[in-house]
Amino acid sequence: MIHAFLQKSGASVLYHIQDWGRMGLFLIAAGRGCFSRPFRFREMVRQVRLIGLNSLPLIIFIGFFTGMVLGLQGYYTLRRVGSESILGMLVALSLIKELGPVLTALMVTGRAGSAMCAELGIMRHSEQFDALECMAIDPFRYLISPKFLATLISVPLLTLIFNVVGIFGGYVSGVILLEVNPGAYMNGIVSGVTSADINLGIKKSYAFALLVVWICAGRGYFVHAIKNGGFGAEGVSRVTTQAVVYTSIAILLWDYMLTAVLI
Amino acid sequence: MNAVITFVDVVKRFGSQVVLDKVNVEFSRGKTTVIAGGSGQGKSVSLKLILGLMQPDSGQILVDGVDISRLGRKKLNQVRSQFGVLFQGGALLDSMTVWENVALPLTERTTFARDEVERRVAQALVQFDLVGHELKFPAQLSGGMQKRVGLARALMLQPSIMLFDEPTTGLDPQITMDIYRLFFKTQKELGYSSIIVSHDIPKVFNLADEVIILSNGSMLKFYSPEDIQHSTDPEVMEFASKTMGQVYHSSVEMMAV
Repeated sequence: MIHAFLQKSGASVLYHIQDWGRMGLFLIAAGRGCFSRPFRFREMVRQVRLIGLNSLPLIIFIGFFTGMVLGLQGYYTLRRVGSESILGMLVALSLIKELGPVLTALMVTGRAGSAMCAELGIMRHSEQFDALECMAIDPFRYLISPKFLATLISVPLLTLIFNVVGIFGGYVSGVILLEVNPGAYMNGIVSGVTSADINLGIKKSYAFALLVVWICAGRGYFVHAIKNGGFGAEGVSRVTTQAVVYTSIAILLWDYMLTAVLI
Repeated sequence: MNAVITFVDVVKRFGSQVVLDKVNVEFSRGKTTVIAGGSGQGKSVSLKLILGLMQPDSGQILVDGVDISRLGRKKLNQVRSQFGVLFQGGALLDSMTVWENVALPLTERTTFARDEVERRVAQALVQFDLVGHELKFPAQLSGGMQKRVGLARALMLQPSIMLFDEPTTGLDPQITMDIYRLFFKTQKELGYSSIIVSHDIPKVFNLADEVIILSNGSMLKFYSPEDIQHSTDPEVMEFASKTMGQVYHSSVEMMAV
């Protein structure tokens, strides 16, 4: 019994070491592919459209209502201490430093990251990566790296749009619906938000973009090697769910760690 | 050198299962070699080892005398440039049209001008009877058509070695004959060495100059279907009793091709 337990534990530890190693090498190969010629500029633009532009309506919708809720909650909280005038600062700082980068990354994970994982998983099962390798075409340069670059371009831009729309949402609920002074709302933003806050938000959005594309693309690429992944449609769907869960957890963990280090 | 590919003491294991056990075999240049055997005997693994998609646990795989099991990516790609591969499901890139799939080796692996690429692709589309389907995506094609696109793509760079992984699996008899007809025609034109992994035993043996049967981790080479019938190896005898009766009937059909 002890022998079986040790055997199982050892196999599990070895599997996880192997898995981390695979994912590490995947990140290195994808990074190298970004600088290999010939660049696939057109494919990268196509991916920016798929990952970025197609996520835009969702980001605008979520951003607007997040801002509205922040305005509403913030107004009633601040009114207790007679500080409604700093509502703009509260909404802007909450969005720029925390909610903008985190919610944008989570939305991109759910919409584009899951699609990316499923697409690469299906490509693996239908031997499309093997076909590329047999034609002496590097699958990283050809397919993976354009996704990396596109995600690193799209997520910070979507975060920016999320923040702007969210601040406008806060303005709608705070100023238009609850009659906070518009000058005070805008002044709170201008005086309260510093370049350090914006820098923190940008750094977070880049870090989260990397996590999204690394985990989602990596899990899809290695669908055949993942324990409980396996083959067929069920394997791909299981690994896609796993990728979304892992990415979401990683985003929230990194959010705390980056905030603790950079604040 | 008569052997185009040579296995030297090749061992491949998956966990405790030994798929290839110190295999030594040669694939002759300019010939058609069929790899046959029961499922799970390592047919596709052998193909992946030849392509460098898998590494053996020990031993050497020589392609034109070069051991590909120890090569880096750059040199491996140089060796791979002499291969053409027709995968079981075609392995077409599903985000690309038929035209783009056929053109892919030319656009990625050569410096041909756009006009030249268009000319060669147009020629291939005519040869493989794909005219009118250029703008379709793989999901819009039948299985046979996907195989034809896969074959056209595999032959674009005029490889010296062609590998076929179950080329007729899932195809009806008429389309199977079409694929074999294209195989005959292109091999005659380009003179490539070919390795066919197949369980379409009656028909595929009629294409073969050599037959390799995978049995319990070893590769047994035969020079004709008759040799297989005269083998004393129990595994081969069982294999022959299950499959060989049909070979001679199908040869008449193949003659018509």
